[in-house]
Amino acid sequence: MNQQLSTDERARMAAHDGPLLSVRDLTKRYGQRIGCDDISFDVWPGEVLAIVGESGSGKTTLLNCISTRLPATSGTVTYQMRDGQPRNLFEMEEAERRHLLRTDWGFVHQNPADGLRMTVSAGANVGERLMAVGNRHYGQIRETATDWLSRVEIMAERIDDQPRAFSGGMRQRLQIARNLVTAPRLVFMDEPTGGLDVSVQARLLDLLRGLVADLGLAVIIVTHDLAVARLLSDRIMVMKDGHVIETGLTDRVLDDPQAPYTQLLVSSILQV
Amino acid sequence: MSTILDLMAEQPSSDLAHYNFAYLDEQTKRMIRRAILKAIAVPGYQVPFGSREMPMPYGWGTGGVQVTASILGAEDVLKVIDQGADDTTNAVSIRKFFEHVAGVKTTTSTEEATVIQTRHRIPERPLEPGQTIVFQVPIPEPLRFLEPRETETRAMHALEEYGLMHVKLYEDIARHGHIATTYAYPVKVAGRYVMDPSPTPKFDNPKMHRNAALQLYGAGREARIYAIPPYTEVVSLDFEDHPFEVNRFDRPCALCGAENVYLDEVVTDDAGGRMFVCSDTDNCESRRADGHVGEMGVPAAEAAE
Ligand SMILES: [Zn+2]
Repeated sequence: MNQQLSTDERARMAAHDGPLLSVRDLTKRYGQRIGCDDISFDVWPGEVLAIVGESGSGKTTLLNCISTRLPATSGTVTYQMRDGQPRNLFEMEEAERRHLLRTDWGFVHQNPADGLRMTVSAGANVGERLMAVGNRHYGQIRETATDWLSRVEIMAERIDDQPRAFSGGMRQRLQIARNLVTAPRLVFMDEPTGGLDVSVQARLLDLLRGLVADLGLAVIIVTHDLAVARLLSDRIMVMKDGHVIETGLTDRVLDDPQAPYTQLLVSSILQV
Repeated sequence: MSTILDLMAEQPSSDLAHYNFAYLDEQTKRMIRRAILKAIAVPGYQVPFGSREMPMPYGWGTGGVQVTASILGAEDVLKVIDQGADDTTNAVSIRKFFEHVAGVKTTTSTEEATVIQTRHRIPERPLEPGQTIVFQVPIPEPLRFLEPRETETRAMHALEEYGLMHVKLYEDIARHGHIATTYAYPVKVAGRYVMDPSPTPKFDNPKMHRNAALQLYGAGREARIYAIPPYTEVVSLDFEDHPFEVNRFDRPCALCGAENVYLDEVVTDDAGGRMFVCSDTDNCESRRADGHVGEMGVPAAEAAE
């Protein structure tokens, strides 16, 4: 009896085995120009990977390709769905892909206005994903929204205010809450602290670190700021001109960079 | 503003008389009929069509006028209402227009009409099999309120992603404590497409559900046609804890005593006197003709004297 596993159980066991996301030989070209070239890596459940590099390094192009926001020229991205089955994202139906994007994934944009609805209330911004997946109970949606606002340190009495009335830091925290409300397993972040004052950045990073740990989130974060990578990530991938220069555990790469380019990056950040 | 009425007044034997039956040429009518057929086949889906210039401003319901022009036959009897009334400028002009260019019989009687063109109301008298009601639609896209990108709203319809409609209702409740939308209240048609019932008051939403008549919607400026075939399921969107409710009026019509009808407030004198009467003028008149009298009404026999 007990050696007979249900499909569900097998799936759950498999889920503990494999990577959450596998990128293989991913290339994006714009005509002759290379966006990113022949990139392969894995992200494991609960792991935070920072993709670092200067502007033009291809890090944002790579992020947009693996999150299916931009079609890749070649290569595959395989994602382990909630049922434990690995799926090639580039062969997925649009309906399923969009469903994945607003349930099991999150995407935090650098500019909160790109990820929020600026003309609807904070509560509705957080509640939208719940309504999108079929929640039809106003009271429950509002309760969940209130709870999430407090988790990102926004006072409950601001629930009916529009993000237009919020500071930059609050908008970014609201964007994070809006993404996390469906308990995604993977969140993409594009320079989430960019454009914020240093003190606001510090508070946001602190909050992010806590949420990532509490929720066991896997995160792929793109940043030019090695301090952000140091604080948040387990692993670092350094990019330049569309290529991966160096990859490894964050502390190892930042304390003992091997590639000359990484050494340059690290030393320039130390000078600041 | 030069309207069709002015045109007809200025030129009694105007060129309008030489236009095709119902103004539009046969090729255009065929094109619009194809769009209508497609709309009927896919209830609630917005079908694009090649909207034509009509001899009246867009605000006058050129979408509805084009739909009506394409379906009218010589035997049809046309009724036109604005709000619920047959006698407003807009309703009179459109009725005169079709009398002129199609020579069809017109009526104010809901019962007699085979085609009813409306800007807001659905008549109180239940429509019958074989009747067609044509709505003049200003903004056909129910998702436009929160999503201005046309490519995105199209994808949302195609993929049945309608969470955004509930965001709109959520905002209503958050702001007003209840769903305050009283016009253009969104509905789901045949369990599939979410549709904007034009500026129809939500009071009339239940009339759309399993109506025996064919309901056609025409948006002129945005060049869209959509339809609800007879006896189709039409569900008004809501929340479990804030269910859809029609607005109730706490009194009957002052003239005919009708209850559970849509009432308009009418100012009766300079001293601020006012009364509430049927917005559906045909309904009110036929009830009074049948002997119903409201608290401020006069029996039909006396009124005739
Ligand atoms: Zn009445």
